Amino acid sequence: MSLVSIRDVRKSFGPNEVLKGVSLDIAKGDVVAIIGRSGSGKSTLLRCINGLETYQSGSIVADGIEVAGANTNLRELRRHVGMVFQQFNLFPHLTAAENVMLAPTVVNKVSKAEARATAAEVLAKVGLSEKMDAYPSELSGGQQQRVAIARSLAMRPKVLLCDEITSALDPELVNEVLRVVEQLAREGMTLILVTHEMRFARDVGTKLVFMHHGKVHEEGVPKEVFAAPRTPELQQFVGQVG
Amino acid sequence: MLQFSFWDILSNLLIATQWTIVLSLIAFFCGGIVGLVLLFMRTSRIAPLEWFTKIYIEFFQGTPLLMQLFLFFFGIALFGVEVSPWMAATLALTFWTSAFLTEIWRGCVEAIPKGQWEASSSLALSYIEQMRYVILPQASRIAVAPTVGFSVQVIKGTALASIIGFVELTKAGTMLNNATFRPFLVYSLVALIYFCLCFPLSWWAKKIEGRLNVAR
Repeated sequence: MSLVSIRDVRKSFGPNEVLKGVSLDIAKGDVVAIIGRSGSGKSTLLRCINGLETYQSGSIVADGIEVAGANTNLRELRRHVGMVFQQFNLFPHLTAAENVMLAPTVVNKVSKAEARATAAEVLAKVGLSEKMDAYPSELSGGQQQRVAIARSLAMRPKVLLCDEITSALDPELVNEVLRVVEQLAREGMTLILVTHEMRFARDVGTKLVFMHHGKVHEEGVPKEVFAAPRTPELQQFVGQVG
Repeated sequence: MLQFSFWDILSNLLIATQWTIVLSLIAFFCGGIVGLVLLFMRTSRIAPLEWFTKIYIEFFQGTPLLMQLFLFFFGIALFGVEVSPWMAATLALTFWTSAFLTEIWRGCVEAIPKGQWEASSSLALSYIEQMRYVILPQASRIAVAPTVGFSVQVIKGTALASIIGFVELTKAGTMLNNATFRPFLVYSLVALIYFCLCFPLSWWAKKIEGRLNVAR
């Protein structure tokens, strides 16, 4: 059974339909790279999965929880579905460790000591043990993004959604973040990434999804899809960015 | 006839000033608490709560404070409840203050980037938890300066309570004028005392604002 199941999802912003019937199945341990031009609906799709956006028709089931508008148990859903953003969105008034500890203590009612131990563990995993008590403003973009990943990991998510998490970074900082994500993939974390890093999508992804005009235009095993794109749109896209 | 020296006038005014200060403090703190509750309602994205606060704020911002004092003073009396000038002034100033503070604070909450809401939502925090742990700690930093600035309006607003007979600084000035027939001296002193109360606050508000502008 798939961990995330997306069935014929349609979404419009006003008269502008951005998702025109998207279906996708994601199994446990999959590393799904969603690529496509800006405006193709890939970020919107990702944001529908954890209920940051609502959709008009179709269905999304994530970890057994149906994501469907106002009746969704969003709290339960989001405890198991983590998200990392392009702009990091760390809480600037809290240190790295406090950023990581917030959700476990507030949402899961874990003790401060236990949460701090978890924070130490996940920050070590992203290579920032020595920055536990640094404020976000004292960290580089790459370090901030790694704290943001650690913050999501502290909730022990079943799926991690990554929305263009290297797009706001200076080029020399991209790799340190990608290495962390690659490590997570190796450990078996289920990942859904919207990304512009084609090499990363090919080398680390287990599944590639090319979105075009609000639809899944082509999908398959990344190496095969990149080697022989079937549709002219993907051929052109790969030619431009690859 | 009783003679009033300059010092008699000044000391009487200063005694009444205590009541201006007490009324200001009560209005400001009670108004702050009511304002905080209204702020949660106003930003809750629950339609009935938002509508209630919108109407509440429109009413208290869109009618003169003096009319509000009259409504509380004479209005509640219509229901057979005896209202002292003190009680009417406290209630009216509290509600009036809360309406303005809610709007000031809403602006500060809305100044917090959307990403902070999205990140905390994605970590499964509820609305109250987001406000408590993520939004308000950041919004309160930018709220200090305009809030202190508004406290000056509250102090000046208490002057209107004199009209329903509450003896604070302005009312004491009127009474002393009636007894001494020296309006220019009396009201100059009254104005000077208000200025001495308000100026340090405006100065402080400016200073905080300047400090926040250079902070990260």
